[in-house]
Amino acid sequence: MASKLTPEQRRRQRQRESLIKAGLFAAAASSVLVTLGIVGVLLYESAEFFRHVSLQLFLTDTVWTPLFDQPRYGILPLLCGTLLSTVVALAVAAPLGLTAAVYLSEFASPRVRETIKPALEMLSGVPTVVYGFFALLFVTPLLQKTILPSLPGFNILSAGIVIGIMILPYIASLSEDAMRAVPQALRDGSLAIGATKYETAVKVVLPAAFSGIAAAFVLAISRAVGETMVVAIAAGQQPNLTIDPREPAATITAYIVQVALGDLPHGSIGYQSIFAAGLVLFLMTLTFNILAFWLRRRYREAY
Amino acid sequence: MTMTMHGTFKASNGAAAADGGRIFAQLTAPKIVASGVNVFYGEKQALRDVSVEIPNQIVTAFIGPSGCGKSTFLRCINRMNDTIESCRVTGELKIDGRDIYARDVDPVELRSRVGMVFQKPNPFPKSIYDNIAYGPRIHGLSTNRAELDAIVEKSLVKAGLWGEVKERLGDSATGLSGGQQQRLCIARAIAVDPEIILMDEPCSALDPIATARIEELIEELRRTYCIVIVTHSFAQAARVSQQTAFFHLGDLIEVGPTEQVFSAPREAKTQDYITGRFG
Amino acid sequence: MTSTAPQRNEPSRAFDRSEARRARNAGRAMRETVFRIVGLVATILGLVALTALIVDLVISGYPRLTWDFLTNFPSRRASQAGILSAWVGSLLIILVTTSVAVPVGVAAGIYLEEYAPRNRLTDIIEINVSNLAGVPSIIYGLLALGLFVYGLGTGRSIFTAGLTLALLILPIIIVATREAIRSVPSSLREAAVGLGATDWQVTRDHILPAAMPGVLTGVIIGTSRALGETAPLITIGALTFIAFLPTPPIQSTPPFVNMHWLWEGYTVLPIQAFNWISRPGSDFLANAAAASIVLLVITLGLNGVAIWLRARLRRKLKW
Repeated sequence: MASKLTPEQRRRQRQRESLIKAGLFAAAASSVLVTLGIVGVLLYESAEFFRHVSLQLFLTDTVWTPLFDQPRYGILPLLCGTLLSTVVALAVAAPLGLTAAVYLSEFASPRVRETIKPALEMLSGVPTVVYGFFALLFVTPLLQKTILPSLPGFNILSAGIVIGIMILPYIASLSEDAMRAVPQALRDGSLAIGATKYETAVKVVLPAAFSGIAAAFVLAISRAVGETMVVAIAAGQQPNLTIDPREPAATITAYIVQVALGDLPHGSIGYQSIFAAGLVLFLMTLTFNILAFWLRRRYREAY
Repeated sequence: MTMTMHGTFKASNGAAAADGGRIFAQLTAPKIVASGVNVFYGEKQALRDVSVEIPNQIVTAFIGPSGCGKSTFLRCINRMNDTIESCRVTGELKIDGRDIYARDVDPVELRSRVGMVFQKPNPFPKSIYDNIAYGPRIHGLSTNRAELDAIVEKSLVKAGLWGEVKERLGDSATGLSGGQQQRLCIARAIAVDPEIILMDEPCSALDPIATARIEELIEELRRTYCIVIVTHSFAQAARVSQQTAFFHLGDLIEVGPTEQVFSAPREAKTQDYITGRFG
Repeated sequence: MTSTAPQRNEPSRAFDRSEARRARNAGRAMRETVFRIVGLVATILGLVALTALIVDLVISGYPRLTWDFLTNFPSRRASQAGILSAWVGSLLIILVTTSVAVPVGVAAGIYLEEYAPRNRLTDIIEINVSNLAGVPSIIYGLLALGLFVYGLGTGRSIFTAGLTLALLILPIIIVATREAIRSVPSSLREAAVGLGATDWQVTRDHILPAAMPGVLTGVIIGTSRALGETAPLITIGALTFIAFLPTPPIQSTPPFVNMHWLWEGYTVLPIQAFNWISRPGSDFLANAAAASIVLLVITLGLNGVAIWLRARLRRKLKW
């Protein structure tokens, strides 16, 4: 026998291994518990909420004033604020991010890439409060002084622009990763028939990397939808059903923060309303996340 | 179809002739006996009905073109194939008369009796000492530091590396040359005091000088251990082994004394491979 | 002409030297040059914005960056206000957060990479982790509010805050651990298995040590993220005007150590900054800017370390 461990020792070793494996499994399964906890809490409090408020009214009413004496609970203004800020953010981040991704992946030298990519990732390390500060005290005055003199101090536009800057790394970096994963053989084939680098990038590489880029976009959208502090600081906290980003508006997230800052008694309708709003938010981002997960699986399998 | 060894066999190289041309197989039971071993990766069958006897204290070489299943069969002997999820092994594989795929066999235990050296040297990113000491430590082979030191020294001596590293046992093993690393891996395998040493193309990543040293080492080692070596070079098989098994596309075509397989093969396919018609 | 030309006096299409083709090619070349410029500008624009942000902050906040600022409590008088309670709060909370998130996250990552079989349950866990990574941070605040603060009664304490942020960064640690383990070459694993090491021995003695730098990178990024989080902590009721420090854990009477601080109120750096931004009047704005600078230095500093670590790793591990 090469090993000098007795059968008894081996048996105890196997027992220890089983215990360790069980512990590791518990740690992994805890993530499921977290999700269950989130869903549980949101559903529980929302159920309470919807006992007092009709679901139909919730989804269709155009005014959100839960803290008034005559409260109205239409989620549309909040949804609208969320969507508006996300659209503005995308309008900033999508063209910039994609262009940057194409440039970094197809044109930039490795040295340039090695310096700029990490720098771009630093953008996502800036705390959102600081971004809010930036939006309120730099972007808004800048816009007011240059192209939009009548811009109110609180507005969705500045918030949206700053959120766009914040999600830029998502789009640029993840899209660039997706494009870099496209095999060189495809590029070579295109270049060999006389296409320019630019044409190759746009007509061959981009389409090939589509799932990865789509996944990047979906993740960025999810991030923008869930953003809280930038809008809470810079967009004002007035729910407002509008499609004009130059007005102040509130998002779902900003509303939750506003209520939390106040002092709502546990169990009151105002307290429960933040869970109902949170449930809507969770369902939105859940959809996006699952979509992104599926898209990423697809692009990983393609190679 | 079982292949057995008949009669005496003269060792195929000069050095080994000094030990008097060992008579084996009929005097001692074979160390490893495979009967009807099949290996599947998912739906694909990689090995078909392989039966062979591998005697102790000689070198058995597995040869054949790429993808013929020789490495797969080698990895059955220490159940390394267990680590591949889609892999299924059927049939009987006995070591010292006990089927190693029986339910009550612990693969961890088995691997302390059957050591393995891999194609590309893979020392741990630790010191030379710790590389050798790791196996004895986890298998409880020493009770104090002095014993461990002795094991480390003995293993390095047996692997022909002691002289080169005895002054720097604390250095990182990854700083050694390719040939030294492979000898380290051999020492590491020996340190656990196995009975069988499996070698999966151990010289394919080494230069000719390092290869020659390892081949010398193998000749030394086979006096103590049962050695099975997979090699894609039949010249190496001819130099180093006493028994050779030729695999082709998952079948074991022919097994016999090395001298006979190379000079007078029984099967046409063996003849074709050896003369370079394919592979 | 080449031998493939069909006739001597009729040039083949491939060698069409006409004006039209030349103009077309010139247009294509120019498009490429234009794109090179546009691309570079687009790439740098984000960094330009970041620089503008930093410059703006520094201009507004630099004058307030004094030693007093770092060691004073908040005050109703802007010039006397400081961030002491805020950064102590941040520190204590990060302590709780990492104590929970790192062991659980690393363990989960090890399980998913080394032990998990390919079955339904594993898929569910993986989708779960992937989803949790994308859940907005404020939802974690809601979870904590309903479940911990009121459900389990842990109250508006440092413990609750630490636990909430731990759940928030758990996916980051899990993903980082998995990627770090994945990048360990399989030859290392084979060598250990071949020697007869058990699963846990292989993981503990070989895989984990090799994966440590990658795991560390993930921990640093997670910590940086947790330090900057505001929304979930506001939701669970961080107090915004704290003029005291938690009870020190070391005391002079037996048992000499206590954990009272875990259950006390707190504030953190980003919330303090937020509080000051929301106050009307420009005096507090300078404070907000100064607090933001401190916060930014810490988070960008941590992120920078993590990125540098990762770059060094990638260069070292050229398997």
